[in-house]
Amino acid sequence: MNIAVKEQEAVQTNSIKVKVSNLDLFYGSFQALKGINMDVKENEVTALIGPSGCGKSTFLKCINRMNDLIVGCRVEGDILIDGTDIYKDGVDIAYLRKEVGMVFQKPNPFELSIFDNIAYGPRTHGLRDKKKLSVIVERSLRHAALWDEVKDRLHQSALGLSGGQQQRLCIARVLAVEPSVVLMDEPTSALDPISTGKIEELIAELKNDYTIIIVTHNMQQAARVSDRTAFFLLGDMIEMGETRQIFQLPRDKRTEDYITGRFG
Amino acid sequence: MNQERFLTKEKVLANRARQKRSQNTAFTLMYVAAAFAVIILLLIIGYIFTNGFKEISWEFLSSDIEDAGREGGIFPVIINTLYLVGLGLLFAAPISVLAAIYMTEYAKQGVLIKIIRFFTANLAGIPSIIFGLFGFMFFGKMLGWSWSLLSGSATIAVVIMPTLIRTSEEAIMTVPSGYKEGSLALGATKWQTMIKVVIPAASPGIINGLILGMGRIFGETAALYFTLGSGTGIANSLMDSARSLALHLYTLVREGISVGKAYATATVLIIIVLILNLIASAFGRRINRYKENI
Repeated sequence: MNIAVKEQEAVQTNSIKVKVSNLDLFYGSFQALKGINMDVKENEVTALIGPSGCGKSTFLKCINRMNDLIVGCRVEGDILIDGTDIYKDGVDIAYLRKEVGMVFQKPNPFELSIFDNIAYGPRTHGLRDKKKLSVIVERSLRHAALWDEVKDRLHQSALGLSGGQQQRLCIARVLAVEPSVVLMDEPTSALDPISTGKIEELIAELKNDYTIIIVTHNMQQAARVSDRTAFFLLGDMIEMGETRQIFQLPRDKRTEDYITGRFG
Repeated sequence: MNQERFLTKEKVLANRARQKRSQNTAFTLMYVAAAFAVIILLLIIGYIFTNGFKEISWEFLSSDIEDAGREGGIFPVIINTLYLVGLGLLFAAPISVLAAIYMTEYAKQGVLIKIIRFFTANLAGIPSIIFGLFGFMFFGKMLGWSWSLLSGSATIAVVIMPTLIRTSEEAIMTVPSGYKEGSLALGATKWQTMIKVVIPAASPGIINGLILGMGRIFGETAALYFTLGSGTGIANSLMDSARSLALHLYTLVREGISVGKAYATATVLIIIVLILNLIASAFGRRINRYKENI
């Protein structure tokens, strides 16, 4: 009882999950991110908005170090997750990426069965027990609101699913490795409005258990799903605040111009 | 706005008619060319089969070579050919696939890799007699393997490796980058990603390369003449000399031993190649069953 109350309090005070300080990112000599500071709170949805090429996806990929794959990409500054600097020497990248899951713009299920897609991550991290894997698969698919649609064809190809189902499968695949942060890079830009609606409902559901950071081009989406919004422009973070405040009373003229559709 | 219109109906329709005529000409030419290719192929196969089936009997398939091939059958040659194909692929395939993985995913894409690619591309075009000479000098003389199944399969492995590396590289490069990113983002290592996601997705292309390599081994004579030797019995060890169907065929005709047996051997060779190709592509489809939308 006591613990439950404490957990509730923790959620309400929303401690800082991801703390970004003075983050610079360079592609060769081009500076793509300039001195970003951001606090991402636990169990909230944080939306990153801004015109194409403003650095919001690049920023997102810093949080699970997917930028490491890009030759000539250099990161300076700190990103702390639960107080640990993820760019410190000796950080285990595989573990970091297990903790910080990522959903991509284009659904990317593997050429495997639905079951094997979900079980891929846990297996990768050494789980072989078939019973436990089944538990994870069912739990993850239920959590991603896909279970009822696929429970009778778990051993059929994941590529036979519709685009929206594939994206929920990819979300389930991320949840299967038990992350605490989920990054979403324009997760609905390749989907139809109905599938988009389902994913948005899902995001609202997921924030009870996860910290979510979502990049979106769709401002209504940011307004609908997020608690906080950050506006990026040309590698700078112009302004960040509660979503309602950003959309109703932006402090910066550039934010207002973007939100009202004057550019972008 | 009353501007001059350049694309009037008459002009567009006249152009349509012209385009249609040239399209029809192109189609006709394509049909003729395709029919020509198919007819030539059928003629060759038909000619060989009609001549070959006269000589083929159960005895021919199941007995030993007698009197240098004038009498008896080709049973040991069939077995040795299958040994050669199996060993050649066994040597070449793992090295080629690993080399392709290294070149596409691990090596720094710089001058060195460009040079290696240039040489592999050129090696694929070198006449196989040169490989035969190399195999004879290196495997046969230097390593002392003489004329043997080991020498022959090592040489043939070298012959098919450039092609296998190239086709595997291409297969790996066509795997959508989303697969790789998806796997890495789940915390898989690069090697896990390669083995569990990328290589399975590339497997149809890799298997296709193996089929090409297999066909090359079946057809090869020049590279094997100096290395595999001409033993007529079933090879009992890697160090035994042997001959493949293509080599036996060559010997039968070159030394004027028996044209009839040569046709029969050719027929068997064609049929085995067809069967193995069918098996390999069925295998490829099975591995790849998740590609189709079931």
